[in-house]
Amino acid sequence: MTAKYDDVEVGTTIPPRTYTARRVDLVKYAGASGDFNPIHWNDRFAREVGLPGVIAHGMYTMAQAGNYVSAWAGDPGAVLEFGVRFSAMVPVPDDANPPLDGTTGGASIEVSGVVKEKLGDRKVAVDVVVAAGGAKVLKRARAVVRLS
Amino acid sequence: MSLNSEYVGKVFGPGAPYEVSRVKIAEFADAIGEPSELCRDTEAAKEAGYPDVIAPPTFAIVISMASTEVAQQDPGLGLDFSMVVHGEQSFTHSRPLHAGDVVVATTTIESIKVLGDMSMLVMATDMLTVDGEHVCTAKSMLVERGK
Repeated sequence: MTAKYDDVEVGTTIPPRTYTARRVDLVKYAGASGDFNPIHWNDRFAREVGLPGVIAHGMYTMAQAGNYVSAWAGDPGAVLEFGVRFSAMVPVPDDANPPLDGTTGGASIEVSGVVKEKLGDRKVAVDVVVAAGGAKVLKRARAVVRLS
Repeated sequence: MSLNSEYVGKVFGPGAPYEVSRVKIAEFADAIGEPSELCRDTEAAKEAGYPDVIAPPTFAIVISMASTEVAQQDPGLGLDFSMVVHGEQSFTHSRPLHAGDVVVATTTIESIKVLGDMSMLVMATDMLTVDGEHVCTAKSMLVERGK
């Protein structure tokens, strides 16, 4: 069910969803985005610079929040404005026995959202909450979305 | 070494035109797990009122990052990229990017703030079509951690 402007009110909540960040997802994201920083795929390097191990690209996490809002609007092109603050990292463990079908493993990213404002021109402002491992990983995450 | 505050207001670019392709949009959508057919099926995108398949909202980072890298690598700025973390990111679209767009990106250093041994660098990247139509402005705030 995609959201309709006339059905949405300030305070309308968007059903929470869980997204996954596995090592293979970070490798794919590195290739597609061009961000080959080794902290996103090389444990040894990540530890050398003081991290617990490989962490997800902040932009991968932001993209999951974008997918969440896009799915709600029914159109990735509806997300006109989107801004976040990266407030905590998302460590992505190296699974000892990753399933070949890729169905589990990695880190879980939990996303929820609420309509904060109805704007003109069929646009709404949505606040998105993004958490992983019990920490808020994105703060002040807000999207302006044009609904049908 | 802290950042050179004389770089505030400095403009980098416009860079070489970037052609948004169907294949790159589909690859990016696959990589982030965006399932929408509007990113893959030209007919579906046209039915939804778009000229061609559209990019997910964070796709613009592919174009903006190539532009901000030019600024970041300017030796006069004094940025130690090995100590950089991504602090904030935003995108403001006039419309979604779509396959067939040819855009040029220009990055402006908006602000540099030094707080103790940390520096904060804000860059704004405007992406316009080669015909001068604004499509997206991306803002990146990078934090350079102290050593």
